[in-house]
Amino acid sequence: MNIVVLVKQVPDTWAERKLRDDDKTLDRDSVDAVVNEIDEYAVEEALLLKEAHGGEVTVVSMGPERAIETIRKALAMGVDKAVHLTDEALHGSCAPQTSLALAKVLGTLEYDLVICGSEAVDARVSAMGALLAERLGIPQLTGARKVEVDGTNVRIERLTDSGYEVVEASTPAVVSVVEKINEPRYPSFKGIMAAKKKPLTTLSIADAGIEPAEVGLANATSEVVEFTPRPPRQTGQMIKDEGDGGVKLAEYLASQKII
Amino acid sequence: MAEVLVLVEHADGTPKRVTYELLTAARRLGEPSAVVLGAPGTAAAVKDKLAEYGAEKVYVGESDDIDGYLVAPKAEVLATLAAKRPAAVLIASSAEGKEIAGRLAVKIGSGFLTDAVDLDEHGTATQSVFGGATVVRSRVKIGIPIVTLRPNSVEAVAQPGAGAEETIEVSISAAAKGARVVDRVIEDTGSRPDLTEASIVVSGGRGMGGPENFALVEKLADSLGAAVGASRAATDAGWYPHQSQVGQTGVTVSPQLYLAVGISGAIQHRAGMQTSKMIVAINKDAEAPIFELADFGVVGDLFQVVPQLTEEITKRKG
Ligand SMILES: Cc1cc2nc3c(=O)[nH]c(=O)nc-3n(C[C@H](O)[C@H](O)[C@H](O)COP(=O)(O)OP(=O)(O)OC[C@H]3O[C@@H](n4cnc5c(N)ncnc54)[C@H](O)[C@@H]3O)c2cc1C
Ligand SMILES: Nc1ncnc2c1ncn2[C@@H]1O[C@H](COP(=O)(O)O)[C@@H](O)[C@H]1O
Repeated sequence: MNIVVLVKQVPDTWAERKLRDDDKTLDRDSVDAVVNEIDEYAVEEALLLKEAHGGEVTVVSMGPERAIETIRKALAMGVDKAVHLTDEALHGSCAPQTSLALAKVLGTLEYDLVICGSEAVDARVSAMGALLAERLGIPQLTGARKVEVDGTNVRIERLTDSGYEVVEASTPAVVSVVEKINEPRYPSFKGIMAAKKKPLTTLSIADAGIEPAEVGLANATSEVVEFTPRPPRQTGQMIKDEGDGGVKLAEYLASQKII
Repeated sequence: MAEVLVLVEHADGTPKRVTYELLTAARRLGEPSAVVLGAPGTAAAVKDKLAEYGAEKVYVGESDDIDGYLVAPKAEVLATLAAKRPAAVLIASSAEGKEIAGRLAVKIGSGFLTDAVDLDEHGTATQSVFGGATVVRSRVKIGIPIVTLRPNSVEAVAQPGAGAEETIEVSISAAAKGARVVDRVIEDTGSRPDLTEASIVVSGGRGMGGPENFALVEKLADSLGAAVGASRAATDAGWYPHQSQVGQTGVTVSPQLYLAVGISGAIQHRAGMQTSKMIVAINKDAEAPIFELADFGVVGDLFQVVPQLTEEITKRKG
């Protein structure tokens, strides 16, 4: 079973994130970059499936040069090899363009499953699994808290607002995972050392067969018109419970016409 | 006036409130056409309500294939309707709604925007990003704007529409039937309002100390007519069902009032509740980050404060 796992480098959610004044894209340089958290669960799931069913795991990431740190982390966790799609022309790509670019890269690889995270914490589009399934013309098994593979049959439990759905498909398929699915391993020292020697292919858009007009800010399907920092919340009122905290809170809610 | 497609969210034979919000927003852009997709018999029950909120047309696409396979069939039917060049397509910002929007966008070569909290008459969407720290206005540049709107963002206002029914032929391609839904398991949330749609949400976290104590949160919620939420610490521990998880990987809520009990306010939790109109927190640690967001905070032991609060509310409501 060959698996491609998609990981994205994102600005640390703890850092103060902002948009660039010049082109209104995410300022990726001014803050610490980390692996999109949920993608570590995607990597873990790929490794667990490989351990159970054999095969090879390839990590694919699209992003600026420094996204290599993210790729190395996946390799250190135990992924076998990596493809890094990086090109100035990709800057400012929207979700449909990103899915197109990733689909082109996937077209150069052999896989039974593509596994991604349910959501990247920077743009929070939460649809990449669906977009890729549409582009690749293969089944979408998204929002999985559990994945089971039996030969060419893949069965997931997909979380819904009211419970869960059991969904099945045949390989090849796209799976996206939620953080309930497993507990990602930490890279071992040995893993970190081994990562440095694992095969890494760096692709430009030309290498991947992507036309410049298909990607990038100027050709994006949507744009940020303007942005403003949210007005800071008025500092709230805080009280210490002196035995009447509940009553005081009820008084506040009444003053706000909630009750 | 150009038509605006609104995908109807429905459950148990009734439209969800977000559908009325979508229809209200659609009227800013043109003439709303509601699109009801589901198993045979779905439309009969929901149709009249849609006209009450301004649907001039109600497209009905019924087939067992729509619920039988994941996401792709709905995107496929919407794509055939999009051939009539509507002014926009509006969908609820649920996990499924965003995926339908994305697949539709790829099919018809349009852009799409998710998690909008407002939408103006030109189709420009307002989004709250970076855990609520920045407010962004964005628009679709290419094709038909496809926008998913968060529940509770726009106030639903009734306005009668013609509600003319039009049946659409549904024939789902083999490609859209790749992911078979073999079972649907509903985990009961009792009679409380739906978490994403509730105007008040009371959430409990690790501070609850155990599943048995969630009864305190439930009693408080019931005194307010609220839905019950939970932090990941509480859902992971199995104290409360996972579908009640509020946050980055749970549901996003924007109620009138969000009441956090025994929740520290980790960034991943904040991502799911930061756009609430009013935030109240009860926590014994005065340094807990949740207080940075709170309009009103009580530093104290929840086991003292919550029962007293519930009692006082019940008394006042008489
Ligand atoms: C990929 C990923 C995704 C995540 N997604 C989510 C998500 O969607 N939603 C989410 O919530 N979290 C999410 N998390 C987890 C998040 O980081 C926090 O761990 C979690 O929110 C903590 O929950 P908590 O506030 O209940 O617990 P804690 O942080 O342990 O806080 C408990 C609070 O209760 C208070 N307390 C204790 N006893 C009492 C008492 N008797 N009276 C009053 N107060 C008391 C304490 O002072 C403390 O502030 C995610 C994490 C990761 C890595
Ligand atoms: N540039 C990228 N490179 C690799 N994977 C990505 C990229 N963007 C998104 N993904 C994957 O798609 C998932 C969902 O992202 P999104 O739909 O953007 O919220 C992420 O968790 C990643 O697994």
